[in-house]
Amino acid sequence: MAEFLINGFLIFLLAIIAVVAIRSIKIFSTVMLAGAYSLICAIIFVSLDAVDVAFTEAAVGAGLSTVLYIAAMRHLPKREKVVNDNTIFAFIVCFGVGCLLIWASFDLPVIGDPMAPIHQHVGPYYISNTKPDMGIPNLVTGVLASYRGYDTLGETVVIFTAGLGVLLLLGDGKNRDKNE
Amino acid sequence: MNDDPILRVCTKIIVGPIILFGLYVQFHGDYGPGGGFQAGVIVAAGFILHSLIFGLKEGRKLISERLNLFIMILGVILYGGVGLVSIYYDAEYLNYSILAHDTKHGQHIGILLIEFGVGLTVAGVMLILFHLFSSWQGEDK
Repeated sequence: MAEFLINGFLIFLLAIIAVVAIRSIKIFSTVMLAGAYSLICAIIFVSLDAVDVAFTEAAVGAGLSTVLYIAAMRHLPKREKVVNDNTIFAFIVCFGVGCLLIWASFDLPVIGDPMAPIHQHVGPYYISNTKPDMGIPNLVTGVLASYRGYDTLGETVVIFTAGLGVLLLLGDGKNRDKNE
Repeated sequence: MNDDPILRVCTKIIVGPIILFGLYVQFHGDYGPGGGFQAGVIVAAGFILHSLIFGLKEGRKLISERLNLFIMILGVILYGGVGLVSIYYDAEYLNYSILAHDTKHGQHIGILLIEFGVGLTVAGVMLILFHLFSSWQGEDK
């Protein structure tokens, strides 16, 4: 019961933050609300026992991306342009897709169900072999760094490439701050 | 750049522990939550906080752009290099078991090294992203 209450409260907060962030026309408050959204997502991940994901979400989503948005915000006007389009069609589409997603979610396995397909594939192998193979207790690190070492190498190169891309776009020396 | 004395003093106190915590997450990732990616972000956040309060120029005095690029590249090379060392010792690419006499020790060393590579790259990229976004002057200026 307590778990249900806590999760319900967090989801309720998420919904409120999402609505306020969409409605707000001040860009600064939208950015701060997006950070708060990430922080609450991180709390939900903790309550799902996904500590590593929660860690990443709190550090990247709530921390760094907010700072990057604020740095990028200097080049934007303070307020969004208000557009008064007909939003009934968009509302119907969003509502329809939302209903479909909720309907589809009834077919999902219960959270933590050991018989769910995702827990029957390679999961048991990792759980039973990480400790004998590597002698480390954190399965997530074992899977990321060793069993799936190629994937992590790929991710590292992707991050590196993203940094290079931004460096090529913004850092060509011409547009750089002169006092740097 | 911020002249508020409270922010400046608090930043001076807090930047060190943030970076120390990043290092803890980096090298403790195989025993607790965390790892290279999170550690890189936390260390970068420490330096970014310093730059936010004391200005980009002061931040670049700590880590110059050359050093920043070097850190970025070194991370990827360290990761890929561990794989090449495995090949050198007649094992599959990124098979760490060969790195020490004992398989477990080899795996442990390999994981520590590649996580450090991930951390270096992530910290370097995050820091350079922040500096590029903040120092960009716009197209028409």
